[in-house]
Amino acid sequence: MKLSKNFSNPLAANNPVIVQILGICSALAVTVKLEPAFVMGLSVTFVTAFSNLVMSLMRNGVPSRIRIIVQLVVIATLVIVVDQFLRAYMYDVSKQLSVYVGLIITNCIVMGRVEAFALGNKPWDAFVDGVANGLGYAFILVLVAFFRELFGSGTLFGFDVIARFGYVNNSLMLFPPMALIIVGIIIWVHRSINKDLQEK
Amino acid sequence: MGLRNLVDKIKPTFSEGGKLSFLHSTFEGFETFLFVPNTTTSKGAHIRDCNDIKRVMIVVVVALLPALLMGMYNIGYQADVEGILPAFWFGFLKMLPMIIVSYVVGLAIEFTFAQKRKHEINEGFLVSGLLIPMVMPITVPLWIVALSTAFAVIIGKEVFGGTGMNVFNPALLARAFAFFAYTPQISGEAVWYADSTTGATALEQLGTTGTMQWSALDAFIGLIPGSVGETSTAAILIGAAILLFTGVASWRIMLSVFVGGIAFGYLFNAVGMTEFPAYYHLLVGGFAFGAVFMATDPVTSAQTNAGKWIYGFMVGALAILIRVVNPAYPEGMMLSILFMNALAPTIDYFVVERNIARRKKLIKNVK
Repeated sequence: MKLSKNFSNPLAANNPVIVQILGICSALAVTVKLEPAFVMGLSVTFVTAFSNLVMSLMRNGVPSRIRIIVQLVVIATLVIVVDQFLRAYMYDVSKQLSVYVGLIITNCIVMGRVEAFALGNKPWDAFVDGVANGLGYAFILVLVAFFRELFGSGTLFGFDVIARFGYVNNSLMLFPPMALIIVGIIIWVHRSINKDLQEK
Repeated sequence: MGLRNLVDKIKPTFSEGGKLSFLHSTFEGFETFLFVPNTTTSKGAHIRDCNDIKRVMIVVVVALLPALLMGMYNIGYQADVEGILPAFWFGFLKMLPMIIVSYVVGLAIEFTFAQKRKHEINEGFLVSGLLIPMVMPITVPLWIVALSTAFAVIIGKEVFGGTGMNVFNPALLARAFAFFAYTPQISGEAVWYADSTTGATALEQLGTTGTMQWSALDAFIGLIPGSVGETSTAAILIGAAILLFTGVASWRIMLSVFVGGIAFGYLFNAVGMTEFPAYYHLLVGGFAFGAVFMATDPVTSAQTNAGKWIYGFMVGALAILIRVVNPAYPEGMMLSILFMNALAPTIDYFVVERNIARRKKLIKNVK
C-alpha cells in the first residue's frame, strides 16, 4: 500500500467516525466546546499512533493467544501518559474532559487499528496509519464542536463571535442529541459526495 | 372551465423537454391541488377515488378550524380586548404571521426536496404547517417558528424520505426543538399573553401550587392561557367529531389515550400523589389537542388494531405520569407522544409476531 494513500484514506474516504461509525460516544460527550474537542482529538491521535508503532514493533514476538491483553497494556500505558500530561500542563481542559481521557482505552478506533493494521504491517506504515486515523477522528470532533460551540454558545475557542450581534443561544446544541444529529448531517453530506459509499 | 384550459395550455412548458421542466413537481403539485388527477394506475389492483392525501389532509385542516378560531378569540380575551369580534380580530392578527411563516418555510423546503429528488409534492405539510403555530405560545418570536419548522421538516421528515416515512410527528418535533433550544422563549410565566400581562398557565400553576385559578368550565370552553390550539377542549371535541365521522382518525387511538389518561389520573389520586381531580387533566394543557390531532397521526402511530390500543393507552398514561411526577415538565403530552412515536414500530412488531404465533398454533392443533 502506498504511504500517501495510507495517510489520506482514513481522513476522508474511510474516516473512522463517519464511515466506520467508531468512537461515537466520545464524539457526543466532548464536543460542546472546541477546546476540549481539539485536545481530545490530539490525545487520541497520540495514542493510536504510538500504540500502532509499539504493537507493530512487537508483532512478531507476541503470541496470538495473548495479543489482546498485550495490546491493552500498551494502550492503557499510553492513555495514562496522556492523562498525566494533561493534568500537569492543561488542568482546566483535563477537568472538562474528566473521565473521557481515561475512556480512550475503550475507544474502538485504537484497538481496531492495532488489530486490523499494526499486527500485519511494518512499524513506519503502522505509525502513519495511527496518525491518520487519529487525525480523521480529531477532524470530525473539531467539526462537530465548531457548530455546537458557535450556535450553542455563540463563541469559538471561548471568544465571542456572533453573540455580540444579538444572537440568541440555541441550548439544544449543548445537549448530546444534537451532536448525534450533526454527525448524521456530516455523514449525509459525505455520502452525497462519495457516491460509492451509499448503501443500496 | 377556463382554469382547466389554462392549466392544459401551460402544461407542456413544465413537462419533460419543456423550458421550465425543472419545476415539474411544483406544477404538478398545483395542478392536483386544483383538479382531481386524471391519471390511471398502470399495474396491480388499486382502489382509486378522489380521496387522495390532499383531500384527507384538508379534512384534518377543517377539523382544526374550530380550535383555531376559538384560540384566536381566546388570545384577545386573555389580553382583555372588549367584545367578541374585536377580541377575535386581535387574536387573528397575532396568529396570522405565525401561520404564514410556518407555511412559507415548510413548503419552501418540501418543494425544494421534491424538486431535487424528482418526487411528487406531498401535502403532508398542509396539516403540519397549521399545527406548528397552534402548539406554540402566541408570544414566540417568528424566527423561532421558522427555525423549528425548518428543523422539523428537514431532520424530522426529509432525511427519512419525506411525507409518510417520518418516525416522529413533525409538528411536535418542531415544538420539541423550540422547547429544548429556546426554553425561556417558549415556556415559563412570561410568554402566554399577547399583551404585557404575565402569569402562569393552568398547568404551571398546578405544578407549583397544586391548584389553579380557573374553573373546569373555563378550561372546557377555552378561556385559559395556553397555546392557541390547546385551550378549548370544546372546540377540539368538535374537530374530533369531524375526524371520526369522516374516518380520517382512528377512534381506537383517541379513546385509548383518554382512557390511559383518566386511569393514571385516578391512580395518582388513589395513591395520594396529587389532590388534583383526574378529569381536570383532560381539560387543561395540550392533553385533548394531542390526543385528537397528534397521537392519531396515521404515519407515526401504531398500525395494527391491538397496537393502536396499547399505543394510545401508553400515550395517555405517560403524559399524566410526566405531569404529576416530574416537576421539570409541567406538560407531558409532547414528550409522551414523541416517545410513543419511537416505540410504535416495536409495538406493531410484537403484535404481528404474536398473531403469527397464534395462527401457527392453530395449524398444529388441526394436524
